[in-house]
Amino acid sequence: MAITRIARAGAIAAISALALSACATGGTDAPGASGDCAPSDGPVTLTFTSWLPGVEEAVAIWNDENPDIQVEVQTGPNGNGGTYQNFFNQLAAGNAPDLGQIEFDAMPNFRVQDGLENIAACEGILAAEDQFVGWTWSQVTFGEENAVYAIPQDTGPMAMFYRADLFEAAGIPVPTTWEEYEAAAVQIRELGGYINNFSQSDINAFAGLVWQADGQWFSTDADGWTVDLTGAETTQVAEYWQGLIDNDLVAVYPPWTDEWNAAYNSSELWTWVSAVWGANTIASGAPDTAGNWAVAPMPQWEAGASAAGNWGGSTTAVLKGSDHPYEAAQFALWLNTDADALTAMNRTANIYPATIAGGNLPVFGEGLEFYGGQNIYEVFAEAGKNVNPDFTWGPTMTQVYNDVADGFAGAVSGNGTLLEALTAGQSSTIAALKAASIPVKE
Amino acid sequence: MTTSSVKKQRRPSRSGGIRESAVSRTVAMSVMVVATLYFLTPLWWLFVAATKNRPDFTTTAPLWFADFSLFDNIAALLDYRGGVFVRWLGNSALYAGVGAALATLFAAMAGYAIAKYAFRGRETLFNVVLGGVLVPATALALPLFLIFSQAGATNTIWAVLLPSLVSPFGVYLSRIYAAASVPDEIIEAARIDGAGEVRTFFTVATRLMAPALVTIFLFQFVAIWNNFFLPLIMLRDENLFPVTLGLYVWNTQVSQIPDIRALVVIGSLLSVIPLIVTFLALQRFWQSGLANGGLK
Repeated sequence: MAITRIARAGAIAAISALALSACATGGTDAPGASGDCAPSDGPVTLTFTSWLPGVEEAVAIWNDENPDIQVEVQTGPNGNGGTYQNFFNQLAAGNAPDLGQIEFDAMPNFRVQDGLENIAACEGILAAEDQFVGWTWSQVTFGEENAVYAIPQDTGPMAMFYRADLFEAAGIPVPTTWEEYEAAAVQIRELGGYINNFSQSDINAFAGLVWQADGQWFSTDADGWTVDLTGAETTQVAEYWQGLIDNDLVAVYPPWTDEWNAAYNSSELWTWVSAVWGANTIASGAPDTAGNWAVAPMPQWEAGASAAGNWGGSTTAVLKGSDHPYEAAQFALWLNTDADALTAMNRTANIYPATIAGGNLPVFGEGLEFYGGQNIYEVFAEAGKNVNPDFTWGPTMTQVYNDVADGFAGAVSGNGTLLEALTAGQSSTIAALKAASIPVKE
Repeated sequence: MTTSSVKKQRRPSRSGGIRESAVSRTVAMSVMVVATLYFLTPLWWLFVAATKNRPDFTTTAPLWFADFSLFDNIAALLDYRGGVFVRWLGNSALYAGVGAALATLFAAMAGYAIAKYAFRGRETLFNVVLGGVLVPATALALPLFLIFSQAGATNTIWAVLLPSLVSPFGVYLSRIYAAASVPDEIIEAARIDGAGEVRTFFTVATRLMAPALVTIFLFQFVAIWNNFFLPLIMLRDENLFPVTLGLYVWNTQVSQIPDIRALVVIGSLLSVIPLIVTFLALQRFWQSGLANGGLK
């Protein structure tokens, strides 16, 4: 832990320095400065860009209760689908919204490009840390002292969805380690099914598996970023799945397609190691299998361990240049901690809150019919606590995802391997960082 | 051209028209049939998928019908988020309809002027316009965003409508067509009869140029209707989205709400109908236009 703290302290210096060197428009941002977050005089209207379906419902509750701080919702495609680029364009043009939804993996990009307001000095923000699942807070502070750049909104703790009925009928024990998982895969293959589908395009899901294995793709210190897409843990994970692919033990349907859904629906696929929000994906895509699914913790690399990965999750950030950071911060905190707001966002967009108390909301307290009456959220709540808090995302994740996905697509069709794709991603990532004038260590 | 192909063309045919052997006709027909199937299959899939209810959507054969619930699906689409989809269709019609009509008018005026009036810098002007044909619209979207930001006009109707009024290709086509189909003598005659230049343009020239104008309108209409990048960059307010952007935004929300996928499919089906209708309605105009061009 001590070592991580030192590394984090280095990260503070590095990221702050980067923010200033990478951006000509440094502005008045003084890291650690406090007391410069005062309420505005008179009524305020805030703009808030989010792609959460139905977020207006939660915002309406706020607007009713706060006539002097009205929030106007703007919308767009999901972050990597265009909204992040829009944010950067708007920041360049000086008309960014006051608040924006930003996923955890994109936060460093905005920090490095100096696109975020530090709201640590705003009333109640620093004190809110205790309300949030531990790892999410380090994602919005980057480990800097006296700094908070966003309020965590939702998380995607990972677990294993599996077909309880098929495992039972075949007499195969539900795997608890990756070794057992592979053994089960062989047995399932003999029965004509596949244990899982390897997603060639969801690189952030693969990152979740690496996260579980304690891998670190990025780290920073005073000298710059270290990129490590091919570290020991990543190699272990990549070679494990490469083995499953090579031996035809996993299917390789393009994810999120009809054929992928159909494979689940026809009971060809037996498990899906995925995030909490995947619960709705299966229920919607494989309606014929209702009642037969269950959820167990992710298989472990070491028997008896309880590590979990995370796939997805976002924050509500106050964007640079907001005229009303105080009000924006208050709204962001309310939106992501208020029970009514969280319940509304869960109803309209299946949001799984990043607060500790959020996991105890009534909506998460019941067994689900699709999962044989199991209260699957207990498993995910437990997983959320077991996510390594020190995982760091890099500042060019969109590019990383694209570059690695190219190689992964080849790997599933027999051209190259996952590890080769990651190796290529490693060098293109370093090139991308250099091209963006972000210091990088090799 | 080799001598053999010349010979082939000269071979006399009994019926007098252009005749091909049975073999080559069969080959040509089968190529056409395959190509037709290839292009129509996605549309067929779209139609079939739009008629299915949600469970059937992933559980039944993708290219054949299950329970027919097209109208329920349309009702669900029109009901979702307060019927915002209808608004998107209206926005698309506004951007594409008004945008294409004005773009056609401006292009016709510019093309006619370049073709029929001698003035200094005419060729330079035309070359600049031709250069504009080569610049992809996507490359202009970001500079346009920065300009509109300065003017405080992003996230308004104008942000999408104004850039749509420009059609360099339309100017090019208008010039070529006006030069070929509007004889100088007719313009002279109109002048002698006392018509002003503006009146001559609107009452005489536009009629002679009609096939080209319909073609320009159609091209521009389709281009604006399908334009996605400009609205993506310019618009934040859901109520201003054209249907392409709206459906794209929904499609990126599928991981949050898988059910939206069905709405995206039905919305896609409905969104291509106006294009098909426009094409069919204007077909005879531009068909005759293209044929005329071939004869001249």
